[in-house]
Amino acid sequence: MRNRSVPLREVHVWEMPVRVYHWINALCIVVLCATGYLIGSPLAFMNGTEAYFNYWFGTVRFIHFVSAFLFFFNFVFRLYWGFTGNEFSRWYNYIPLKRCQWKEMMEVIKVDILQLTNKKIDSIGHNSLASFIYFITFLIFLLQCLTGFGMYAAMSNAFLPKLFAWIVPFLGGDMQVRQIHHILMWGFILFAMVHMYLVFYHDYIERRGVTSSMIGGWKFIEEDVIERHDNRTEECPKD
Amino acid sequence: MENQRLSFYEEAKGNGVSRRDFLKFCATMAAFLGLEASGIGQIVKALESKPRLPVIWFHFQECTCCSESFIRASHPLVADIVLNKISLDYQETLMAASGVQAEDAYKAVMAKYPGEYIVMVEGSIPTENEAYCCIGGRSALQILEEAVKNCKAVVAWGNCASAGCVQAASPNPTGAQPVHKVISGKPVINVQGCPPIADVMAGVVVHLLTFDRIPQLDGLGRPKAFYSRRVHDTCYRRANFDAGLFVESFDDEGAKRGYCLYKMGCKGPVTYNSCGIIKWNDGVSYPIQSGHPCIGCSEAGFWDNGPFYQHLPEVAGFGIETTADKIGLGLGIATAVGIAGHAIVTNIRKHKEITNTEPEEGSKIETTKES
Repeated sequence: MRNRSVPLREVHVWEMPVRVYHWINALCIVVLCATGYLIGSPLAFMNGTEAYFNYWFGTVRFIHFVSAFLFFFNFVFRLYWGFTGNEFSRWYNYIPLKRCQWKEMMEVIKVDILQLTNKKIDSIGHNSLASFIYFITFLIFLLQCLTGFGMYAAMSNAFLPKLFAWIVPFLGGDMQVRQIHHILMWGFILFAMVHMYLVFYHDYIERRGVTSSMIGGWKFIEEDVIERHDNRTEECPKD
Repeated sequence: MENQRLSFYEEAKGNGVSRRDFLKFCATMAAFLGLEASGIGQIVKALESKPRLPVIWFHFQECTCCSESFIRASHPLVADIVLNKISLDYQETLMAASGVQAEDAYKAVMAKYPGEYIVMVEGSIPTENEAYCCIGGRSALQILEEAVKNCKAVVAWGNCASAGCVQAASPNPTGAQPVHKVISGKPVINVQGCPPIADVMAGVVVHLLTFDRIPQLDGLGRPKAFYSRRVHDTCYRRANFDAGLFVESFDDEGAKRGYCLYKMGCKGPVTYNSCGIIKWNDGVSYPIQSGHPCIGCSEAGFWDNGPFYQHLPEVAGFGIETTADKIGLGLGIATAVGIAGHAIVTNIRKHKEITNTEPEEGSKIETTKES
């Protein structure tokens, strides 16, 4: 039996609310992309019948709208958690305002993307590049909510969607809003592909249990990494 | 022009319109404007008592289809009055006067009714080079700016004046701009459509006259009474949309059965207009009823969001027939290839790390033996 003795410590990285958020979000995105794509180009699998007997497309749209509300409130909750959660879920991880964050991003590109060196990245939560990409996805979430509710506002009298009614005239009309909403859907799909690949990649290379960390919340981190993290002088983990 | 200004009703009576027809017209207008029953009385009173609105009607970069539509209103009373008598004011296409007399006519309106007259504009205004549209030696922009200065309100007829229409479509060689982009300080009513529905145009004029103020407008400056609902939401084929019954080609079984035209590129879901309710040509039909998808002519930029027979617009800069879906799929495949490549490279470059069973370099803790 091959085994390896590395001093590891279990670190509770992702708190329960973060994990719940993640899986609700994942579910919503899958459902929204699937129903959204169908709404954009519906299957015409029925023929020779009358409208009176069917409602499947209406149901698809209904599922899309319900998931959209869930997605939105889940998103709002995550933003809130960015101010109250643990150090790994705080907002400042995601916005690269500090030099060391940019430095780490460069390192990640060198080590993981271009694979020029074999140095290990120290991050316990997300690395800086991942955080920055999540920040961009948050902007996409926001845009998707704005455009989605903007279109929805025309057929609703509810308070929340009405708040977004201005977005349609702002962007010049429903046609433009719809097009942006559609293009951004592909952003979600591409993100999901790369995201899942990188989770596998990191688990494969670093063996820190990143995949299961989103289930149980715990990661296996090398002792020395934790030590450097605890002894760091600035906000960023060691230089 | 006579000193005494006649009301709409008086003018109409002079033209042989019966009291009965007049009342019928008022009731129709009240219904189109979505007024309650008492609104009919208000309209009757306004048209009977208030002097006819002085109107200056300009034609800039346009095709005159708005005028053509207007004179085909199902109850052409307002059109009759405005257009028959408009030769006294100013309307390039229909006025009898020409040359100096024409110029004098509209100057007279401006001088006589400052703050009272309505400027109605058909067509967009070139800004790339103002010389693209000149009338009487002056550019459209100069004429409009002068006329707007003392007007009460501006009515922008049709997509040209409201959003630029085909002249403003990419690459917009004349720098065509809608009215609301080139003037400021005056309310602009965008009566959208290419052309707008005749009864909608009449309704806007009646509203201006009856209530002495501009109708309630949506975010894009269109009267809410006519443009607050999508063609899609008022479409008689809507049930087929919700049921998922779609026409797939113009000669298929679905087309014969009157299924939804969504997959034929119908822009109804993104177009605000009252085609489904008021319809055209005295309520005879409208495009979707005739089996043709809506092209979205009352929306800004509808030429650039084409083609008409495809719901998803082409993406500029990617060549003909490239939609967001095609680009997305291309990027998806590229990403998948990239991922596969990266995975292979990882297994080579990081081989040592992957197969490594030695403790990390520099780790201080002793290894524990596994049984």
